[in-house]
Parts: sequence; C-alpha cells; structure tokens
Amino acid sequence: MKNNLNSPLPISVTCPACGMLCDDLSLTDTTPVSIKNSCAKSISFFEQSFNLSNSNAYAPSVSGKPTDLNTAIKAAAEILAKSQAPLIAGLGTEVQGMRAIMRLAAKSNAILDHMHSESTVRNTLTMQNGGWLTTTLSEIKNRADVILAIGTDIGSSHPRFFEKLVWDSESLFSKPSPEVIYLGVPEEKAKAGTAPDGKQASVIGNDSSKVPEMINALNAMLINKKINAETIGGVSVATLQALVEKLKTAQYAVIVWSASSFKFSHAELTIQSIVQLINQLNETTRAAGLPLNSGDGDSSVNNTSAWLSGYPTRNRFVNGKPEYDNYHFSTQKQLQNSDALLWVSTFNPVSPPQTTLASIVIGHPDTKLDSTPDVFIPVGIPGVDHAGAMFRMDSSITLPLKKLRNNELPNLSEVINRIEAELA
Amino acid sequence: MITLLKNGKIYDPAHNKDGVVEDIYIYQGRIVPKPLDHAKVTQTYDLTGKVVMAGAIDMHSHIGGGKVNIARMMLPEYQQKQMQEIKNLSEPEAHICTPYCSHHATPTATDTGFRYIEMGYTAAFEPAISPINARQAHLEMGDTPMIDKGGYAMLGNDDYFLRMLAAKKDQKAINDYVAWILHATQAIGIKVVNPGGISAFKFNQRRLNLDENHQHYQVSPREVLQSLSRAVHELGIAKPLHVHCNNLGAAGNFETTLNTMGASNGLPMHLTHIQFHSYGTEGDKKFSSAAAQIAEALNKNKNISADVGQILFNQTVTASGDSMMQHLNAKHANPKKSVIMDIECDAGCGVLPFKYRDQNYVNALQWAIGLEIFLSVEDPWRIFLTTDHPNGAPFTSYPHLIRLLMDKTFRNEAFAKLNLDAQSMSNLTSLNREYSLYEIAIMTRAGASKLIGLNDRGHLGVGANADITVYTDQENREAMFAKPDYVFKNGELVVKNGSVVKVVWGATHTAKPAFDIGVEKDLKDYFDRYQTIGLDNFKISDAEIFDDGRGSVVVNKNQHAND
Repeated sequence: MKNNLNSPLPISVTCPACGMLCDDLSLTDTTPVSIKNSCAKSISFFEQSFNLSNSNAYAPSVSGKPTDLNTAIKAAAEILAKSQAPLIAGLGTEVQGMRAIMRLAAKSNAILDHMHSESTVRNTLTMQNGGWLTTTLSEIKNRADVILAIGTDIGSSHPRFFEKLVWDSESLFSKPSPEVIYLGVPEEKAKAGTAPDGKQASVIGNDSSKVPEMINALNAMLINKKINAETIGGVSVATLQALVEKLKTAQYAVIVWSASSFKFSHAELTIQSIVQLINQLNETTRAAGLPLNSGDGDSSVNNTSAWLSGYPTRNRFVNGKPEYDNYHFSTQKQLQNSDALLWVSTFNPVSPPQTTLASIVIGHPDTKLDSTPDVFIPVGIPGVDHAGAMFRMDSSITLPLKKLRNNELPNLSEVINRIEAELA
Repeated sequence: MITLLKNGKIYDPAHNKDGVVEDIYIYQGRIVPKPLDHAKVTQTYDLTGKVVMAGAIDMHSHIGGGKVNIARMMLPEYQQKQMQEIKNLSEPEAHICTPYCSHHATPTATDTGFRYIEMGYTAAFEPAISPINARQAHLEMGDTPMIDKGGYAMLGNDDYFLRMLAAKKDQKAINDYVAWILHATQAIGIKVVNPGGISAFKFNQRRLNLDENHQHYQVSPREVLQSLSRAVHELGIAKPLHVHCNNLGAAGNFETTLNTMGASNGLPMHLTHIQFHSYGTEGDKKFSSAAAQIAEALNKNKNISADVGQILFNQTVTASGDSMMQHLNAKHANPKKSVIMDIECDAGCGVLPFKYRDQNYVNALQWAIGLEIFLSVEDPWRIFLTTDHPNGAPFTSYPHLIRLLMDKTFRNEAFAKLNLDAQSMSNLTSLNREYSLYEIAIMTRAGASKLIGLNDRGHLGVGANADITVYTDQENREAMFAKPDYVFKNGELVVKNGSVVKVVWGATHTAKPAFDIGVEKDLKDYFDRYQTIGLDNFKISDAEIFDDGRGSVVVNKNQHAND
C-alpha cells in the first residue's frame, strides 16, 4: 500500500507506541521508515503502520466476504441491536475513539474492558484501597537522585525512559545523574539501565517472584523492625538495609513499577506495599512512585471512561446507568456471559480472543483473524491516519496525535458513531 | 421569531432591578429591546408572579481536569453507594435533602452539565487548571453539556515562574509570561495555590508562611502574590488574581489570610474558599472561628473579594492543587486514602475523601464559620456563594445553602443540632441577617459575571446573552432554587420544571490580553531543556475546543483596563 503523506517530510510526530508519548520524533522517511529520536518501539510501530501487508486492508467484510462500509456498519448494528449486553473489549484507542465508544456502550448496555486491564486493575485497586503518592516524567528528569525499578527493567516497555529522564544532563537543579537500582530484575535485563558512559545500574535480586517478600522486608526495616532472617528472596539483609538507607537519604527517590511485570497472583498487595514504602519515606524526605502503563491507549481509555461514566474500566451500562466491577466485568469472564463481542484495537493488530459469540472486529487493517468474525471493519491508525488525543502514562499530560497520511480508512469514532446512529 | 417573557418579577442587580415587573424579549439568542412590530413575537411565556434572574454563574467549582478524574477513579464505592441510596439517604441533621440533591461529589462530565442547568446555573468555572494539564481540563469541559465554562490557570508554583522571580526578571517579562499562559491554556483568569508552597513541598518543605522563603528559590509567597497580582492587573484582565492562601485548613491560619490581604498592596485580589482560611486557635480544642476578623477585614479592604467554600455535612472528596497541605491533612481522610502528586515542575495535587459530620467539633465549627462569613460580609458584590465543589460539598447543595442564608429560622434550627462545643464557640445565632433575592442574584449572577469579566452574561439588559432562569417564588427557598420552572440557554428553552428538555452545548470563556510573542524564545529553550513535551504541544488551539462541532471559544474583552 502506498503512503500518501499529509505533509512533506520531515514531519514532527507524537509517538503513541508507549506510555512515554514522546513528541520530539521527526519522521524523515517511510520507505523504509526512518525516524529522528526513535527507539525500538517507535520504529516497530511506524514500520507496522507504514507497511500494511494485508492486500485487502481497506475492505470491510461480513462473514469473511468483502463488502462496503455501509453494509458492514448495518451488520454490526444488527448484532448489537440483538444483543442484551455486548462486551466491548480490546479498547485499543485514544480519547476521541473512546468518547464514541462510551456513547455506543451507553446505548447498547455494553460491558467495557481494556485488553491490558489485567495489569491496570492491580494499580487501580491499590489506588482505590489506600491511594498513593506519585510523580510525573518532568519531575523525574529534574529532581530524581535515586531511581528504584522494581521487577521491571523499564527500558523494554518504555525504551527512552533512561535517555530522556535519567542520562540527560539538563536539569533545573543541577543534580548529578540519578543512581539506578533494579530490585528483582534478571541480570541480563539490567543492561537497559547502563548509562552511555558505561555506568551500570545496581541489581538487587534477580528473581521478580521474590519482589513481594523483599518489599515487605524493606518496609519493616524502614520502621526499624528487626529482621531475623539473613537473606530475603535470596538477597542478604545487609544489602536490603543499605538500600533502605539510600532511599532515606535520597532527596527525591523515584520508585518505578510495572503492574504487568508482576507475574504472581494478587500483585495489587505488593503494589500496596510499594506505596506504603513510598508513604513512609515521605514522613522524613521526599520520594514518589511511577506506575508504568501497559500500552494500547490504556491511560486514555481509563481517563475518558472516568469522566464520562464516573468509573475507569472495567465498567458497564445498564439502561444507560454506569456500573463498576473490576472483577466480574473482565473480558475473560464476560466471554462466558455475554452474547456478542465488539473487539477494538486500532494502534496494533491485536487479534480478538477466541469466541463463539457473535463478533465484530473494528481495528488495525492488518489484524490477524484466526476465525472469521461476523463483521470486520478496518479503521485508521490513530496518530498515523487520523488526529486524536492521547494521555501519557502519568495522566498529567494529554497530547494531540497527528494525521500523517491520507487514505480511505475511516476513523474509529466515525464508524462507532454510525453504528450508534443505526441503533437509534 | 421573537420570544417574549411576559410580566416576570425581574431581579437584575446589574441594572438595579429589584423585583420590578417587566417583559423580556429574546431574538437570536440575545435579549433585545421591545420590538416595534409585535407580530414578530412568535412565542410568549406568561411569567406573572414568577421570579426572573439571569442564569447563575458558579465562579469556583472543580468540574474538569486531573484532580477530579482521580477522585472519580479513587472512589467507585462512594459513587455506587450513592446511586443506590439517592432516594433513601438517612438524613444528616443539618442538611435536609431535596429529591433533587444527588449528593454526588464527583459527577460525570455529562451529569455536571445537567445538574447545573437543572438548578438554573448556566456557567461554571474550573478554578484550578494546571497549565500542563489544561488539555485534559478542556476535554472534560468539552464533554460537559448545557452550560458555559472556563477556567483559571494556576501559576506561582511552576519552576519557570519561580526562576524568573528568583532572577528578579522585570515585571514586563512576568506579564508576558502570564499572558502567554492565558492564551496557551485557554483560560480566563490566573490562580495561585499555596504560593510557592507546592514547589517547596517538592524540596521537602512541609509548611510555608507568607514571609518564609522557598528554600531553593529564596523567594517568599508574598513576592509570588505581588508579582502575579501585579501582572494580572497590568495586563488588564478583569478577573483578579484568584488566591488560595498558604496554610489551608490549619488552625490559626486566619493571620496568614489577613496578611495576604495586606500583601495585595491595594490591587484587586480574590481570596478563594476563605472559610478554609478563617481558623483561630482559641478554646480548649485550639480551633476557633476567626470569621469576625476575616469579615471585618473584607469589609474594610474594598480591593479584596472572596468566595466562601461553605462545607455541608456529608461524605465528599477534597481535590486540591495544594499537595503540601493535602499531604499534611491526609491523616484526616475518611475513608482513609489519599492521592498526592508532584506534577511536571508545574503544579501538584492532593485528593482526599472527607466526611463532614455535624457531631464533629471541627466540622460543625467549619459549617458555622462559613455562614458567619456570609452573614458578616456587608457587600454582596464581593462575596460569592460556593462550596468549593466538591471540597466543601457538591454544588448540588447550593439550594440548601441559599435557604440557610435566606431563612434565619431554618438556619438556627440546623445550628441547634450541631456538636454542642462547636455551638458554644460560634455567634451564628446572633447574626440576624437574611439574604434577599436581590442579594442572592448579586452573589450568583451579577457579581460573579463582573468579577470574572464576562461581557454579556449574568445580567438581563439589552444585548445580554439570553441565559435566563425563572423560578416560582416559594417560602421554602431550597425547593425554589432546586427546581426552576424554566431555564433558557442562549434564548432556547432547555429546562422545564427542573428537567432538561433540550441538550445544548455551551461556550468556553477566555481572556486573551496582548503580549510580546518574543516571550516564546526563552520558553522554547526552557521546554527543550527541562520539560518532557514540546512547547507547541503545550499550547491548546481554538480548534481543539470547537473541532467536535459542539464547543466554541468566547474571548471576553478585558474590562478593567479602561476603568
């Protein structure tokens, strides 16, 4: 497929490929993709966007047969009209797409769940249970003197974190580069934290499954409780005690975690312990948390859902009234209870879950469909094919996404609005 | 195509009309003179005996932006419970619920618009837009139907400004930056929250008094206030600097508040939610009312205005930019949880749920202090009716609050149910004042419009936007103000008998004073070096507000520049 760019190269671009939402990229070529200030994730996102492989990518289909957009929209509306309570899942979209989906959900009594909410919900549960104390990217860049990354190397999911916030020597308060400490991160991954000058991150414990006990030990030490064991999670108590001292003497320690990297059950309890550690540190010094997001517009979707329904996902509408239940309204559970699935994934070609439900897929033109959905409507990629607005992972920043090229792909919000109109 | 509102009793303080019976003609969304050709009147509403006011304007209500959305995310149990209990709430003693009082402290954007218009409010202003978060605030306000909206951008804790102040940049440079912020954030006013304190908290300072220095910048809150109030004044923005004083909620903070008035140097200054800043340290509990001292100072200093931030008893949530004081207050949160954030070298926030109880000494006295201020400040043009929604109570409690102000018997009955120790520390029952309809119209219409600098809202003169509310005159003022007979927005009937009959979308009000665009040169360098987004993305274009086909931007002309 040819890329008919909207303006001459180079084009400055805001990148939706991860929660950093970097807006300093400059697209210099599309064949092959070349980007100034790129990273592994942005290259892969724009390559995927500019090299659509599906030869029939612009054609919607009903029961696997190519058709026109009108017919596909009518067919989708019919499925939703028949459904008692459809599940709208995936939700890989930005603010404008989510606004449209919220209206459709209210009208069709739908259940809403994001593809990454298994992770996101752990953070939400923590925040709803006791709250937290967090910070944002510019504060980290200018203030952080210690960065403690728990169970995540940060770089795999947010590749430019260190380049932009840690190794960049420009800071308002002329501080040295922060010390990077990994807790519960495999040695081979810890390379992500190695500075350009060769300075390596310290690594405390390589087993992320031991994070819960290590955090609990840190909490105990911070309030001067005596630890009888000699090692916790394979790490000597002395090492952990040294870490506690480092955090206590830091002026602005930033503690980073990624809910999706915690592969143990009830990880929300561990996140709560991390928050407890941060709160206790703030009794005497300053420290703050940064929960990393998972991607595919999760921050945008939860924020938009919150101001339009009063709740983040997982939520649903019953006779137009919003309800919230972050346990029962999961995709996995609702695939058993619901009678129709609308799967949305516009940034990436994420396949819908296997299901026997009547299903509509609205998404990335290259979406791989293992089984034929009743309706498939390819739509534009936000930030490439159409404009939009996106929340950064720290939710304090929302940035506009640009339209970079012209093609026939409709926007998600247009398609959703037309389906909603058919339901009237 | 002219609509006639016939024989209403007009309360229009902007034109000194106190209940005169007159007709109003509406054409193309505006109030017009009586037409020469009566045949053009196509629709007539007989308002004989009805009370007619301009649509009400809430000059301080947290309706959009990060803090409110955090509150929504944080308190799902609260919202769910309310959904179920709206009709069968156990009645808090000092708050008699009407069927229209939803008690919803964190309504959705949609509900915000609906609940406001159902009470006859046609505009509300978000008082705490952190500039870096302005896009979110406008997205939320853009999804708020029925009413006009706008906001005040927060400065005075942003590192860019504090650096300028520390470097003793000249006032013109400060003015240009302040004007640039107004443009970039699509705001109509400037607010300062805990001047310098939010930034100082990031350096581990836990309190900051008016003349205490920020440890890094070595500037004091007084200097921050003086620089910003002067900038606002010299730029000719109508809205005086909106000031949330240092020491929010702390016993003894009334002295800071009085000193802050002194720091104004005679320039216009608005002290917001002043109830939370009117506390003394007398009595056994070292917490007392300083309403009398505060009211006396307000009466004396004609350059100062204030809104009250009345508390009412119930569960609510406090959402503030004041991370320093909210972190300190987190131990009082109920339920016990708090979200505190440091934000982008720009601002901070603190969100804590609160449950105000009439049997709690402090809460009961807070309630009394708010009312004491209302009743002791003589000039209704300089005191405004707010609950600092949702911090003191949800805005849906305004009809109840209006009754407390207008009905002494009702007020004293409520007072008699309070914590007895608190009763003994308040002179509320000795205050006999009852607000008149005319005074209510000043506080909630004419005064608010004048304060913010809205050119054609808040009054019923020829040329005004036809935002009009019609009430049935009832002895029970709560019932009266909870459910207007009619509300017209831009001349269209949108509410009938307290229910929305047509969904419309209001405008976003802004002020855009002239400035030297050269200010962007240094700002661009600052953004490139220290911020994590580009300067161009910081700025919000008009198109972002009207692109969805619903919103519009109104640029209000600076008013006081030519005073």
